[in-house]
Amino acid sequence: MKSPLPNPGAPLEHFVSDAPYDPNDVENDNDLAGPTAHASQTRLMWLYFKQHRLALASGIFLILIYLAILISEFLAPYNLHTRNTEFIYAPPISVNIFHEGKLVAPFVYGQDMTLDMNTLRRNYTDDLTDIQTLRFFCRGDSYEFWSLFESDLHLVCPAEGGQLFLLGTDRLGRDVLSRTIYGARISLTIGILGVLMSFVLGIIIGGIAGYRGGIFDMVVQRITEVLQSIPSIPLWMALATIIPLTWSPLLVYVGITVILGLLDWTGLARAVRSKLLSLREEDYVVAAQLLGAKSSRVIGRHLIPGFMSHLIASATLTVPGMILGETALSFLGIGLRPPITSWGILLTEARSINIIALYPWLLFPVVPVILVILAFNFLGDGLRDAADPYK
Amino acid sequence: MLRYILWRIITMIPTLLIISALVFTIIELPPGDYFESHVSELRAMGEAADLAEIEQLKERYGFDKPMVVRYFHWLGGIVQGDFGYSFEFRLPVNEVVGDRLWLTILVSVVTIAFTWLIAFPIGIYSATHQYSWGDYGLTFVGMIGIAVPNFILALVMMYFANVWFGTSIGHLMGREYLNQPMSWDKFISILEHLWIPVLIIGTAGTAAMIRRLRANLLDELRKQYVITARAKGLHPFKVTVKYPLRMALNFFISDIGSILPAVISGAEVTAIVLSLETTGPMLIKALQSQDMYLAGSFLMFLAALTVIGVLVSDIALALLDPRIRFGEGRHK
Repeated sequence: MKSPLPNPGAPLEHFVSDAPYDPNDVENDNDLAGPTAHASQTRLMWLYFKQHRLALASGIFLILIYLAILISEFLAPYNLHTRNTEFIYAPPISVNIFHEGKLVAPFVYGQDMTLDMNTLRRNYTDDLTDIQTLRFFCRGDSYEFWSLFESDLHLVCPAEGGQLFLLGTDRLGRDVLSRTIYGARISLTIGILGVLMSFVLGIIIGGIAGYRGGIFDMVVQRITEVLQSIPSIPLWMALATIIPLTWSPLLVYVGITVILGLLDWTGLARAVRSKLLSLREEDYVVAAQLLGAKSSRVIGRHLIPGFMSHLIASATLTVPGMILGETALSFLGIGLRPPITSWGILLTEARSINIIALYPWLLFPVVPVILVILAFNFLGDGLRDAADPYK
Repeated sequence: MLRYILWRIITMIPTLLIISALVFTIIELPPGDYFESHVSELRAMGEAADLAEIEQLKERYGFDKPMVVRYFHWLGGIVQGDFGYSFEFRLPVNEVVGDRLWLTILVSVVTIAFTWLIAFPIGIYSATHQYSWGDYGLTFVGMIGIAVPNFILALVMMYFANVWFGTSIGHLMGREYLNQPMSWDKFISILEHLWIPVLIIGTAGTAAMIRRLRANLLDELRKQYVITARAKGLHPFKVTVKYPLRMALNFFISDIGSILPAVISGAEVTAIVLSLETTGPMLIKALQSQDMYLAGSFLMFLAALTVIGVLVSDIALALLDPRIRFGEGRHK
């Protein structure tokens, strides 16, 4: 029997392993180093972010509703301004699938309206003999899709000659659900545009202040201090009343966005400034400067990308404030103006407690407001936790 | 300590000056002035405007002079306690405002006290019972508080107060006390009405405060001295209360600076919906009718309120935490 070891003093046998040689073998062994050892930063962030279930769900929810505002016309059963004068203040109705114990296609009962001559209230009752089967991918109110082409395709429409007010109607007989879907377009974009603006302002102003320092920094610091110490709603109110009444609603929309963004950049500017103050001493910045890079290039190309993820996370957390701000301003009658329709404008319909007592469904637009704000808060929390995966 | 307080008060002055310049620019920005819109309004109604009186007012407030001169005129008046003239009410601003300012301060202060009272125990509970059902539940309730717009909360509470208690809850005092001088009965009436706006305004701030207190306390609880204390067998209650809580308290006081603007913002909107006798409803009316001195003094007052609030919190913090006043001393 041959021993695996050579005899003492005998020459060693020449041996070459024919397995391929990889110097990084040990490091590449995922079982030894763990699954995250070689992940890129983006991948690490994603892994961390995924662990925050609520943030992930909120992110998906937000993506879905932002996609939905692209096709509001298709999703809403009625048009924004369609008036149904026979159905004023009609209450929400439910979709049924059972009629007299039998399973049928989704349908709603027709509504009978009687006017109570004592209170002048309209009372609506289900007409159990009138079954209006819903239609899907159907032809309804015609609309101009993004002013590009005309169409009348809807996701769901009432039966021919029937009505479908899932969330009731308002004082002009307009469908609350459709208007809420259209309102999302304005309410959701105003937050994003405002944040985009404050983002740009914050990076430029905070960047110069932090990188250059000196007088400019002093001035910027004082201004941010002042802006942060003034309560935002009164200031928004004051600025919103500046917008002339003669402006078109679309210009007002732009104006409100500018106002919201104009006061919000201070938080971001402070974050950028304090980050730059510490980062500008780093060797790679000196290297870039010695190579002759201008400060705009050093800031934009080398410094900002280093903490972009933090900035995006904190910007996400300021979107809810803007959406609430727009809603409050519109509700008080100094924000957007009809015919532009936002959730704030819709909520002005529910302005007095009599209306809440009689027609509580007009409060429905507050539900998407709450959901969107919660989603942005959770998403921001998750992003913030994931922004620095090397903690 | 005295030096620190003096230093803080002196640094407050430039801040207030910048704020006054900003406020003045904002109230000057709308094209035209109150007189123009007023005269055209009277003409539209077929009445003759009292041009002599208007000319006199215009001259008194220097509307023919450049903006900078008017700004210093206005600023000089404020320093002497004259806030200008309300064109709409035809009274000096001081008289129009009356006790609205005090009521605004009352509502804000009580709201902050309420916020603390609620946030403190809940924050401690959430931090010591991290990831428990109670923690999740309370966090969720808090998030809802942030997400519901103040004005909707105000409307809904108005409705339910009407249905359940049969009271109408607008206003800050009983109707019979409006325009009455302050008396004991009026004070009681105000206290009876105060809880609803406080509850409405407090919800958003409370939630934010709970979140921050929880995060601060959690950081502190993870430190090694806590583990040591626990390992030595100190009672868990004492372990939490004796040191980590004290550290978190510092932040509690300094946080006034960040919640005060939010409280005042919320107070304005809520006040408009509930038509409280605070600055809110009058501010929005003044803004819309370009009653510039009235609007300007309100804005100035609200900003000054936050600046002074932050000052008070800074001084309290310095009293509480010696590191701050000594740190400041070393800088000089």
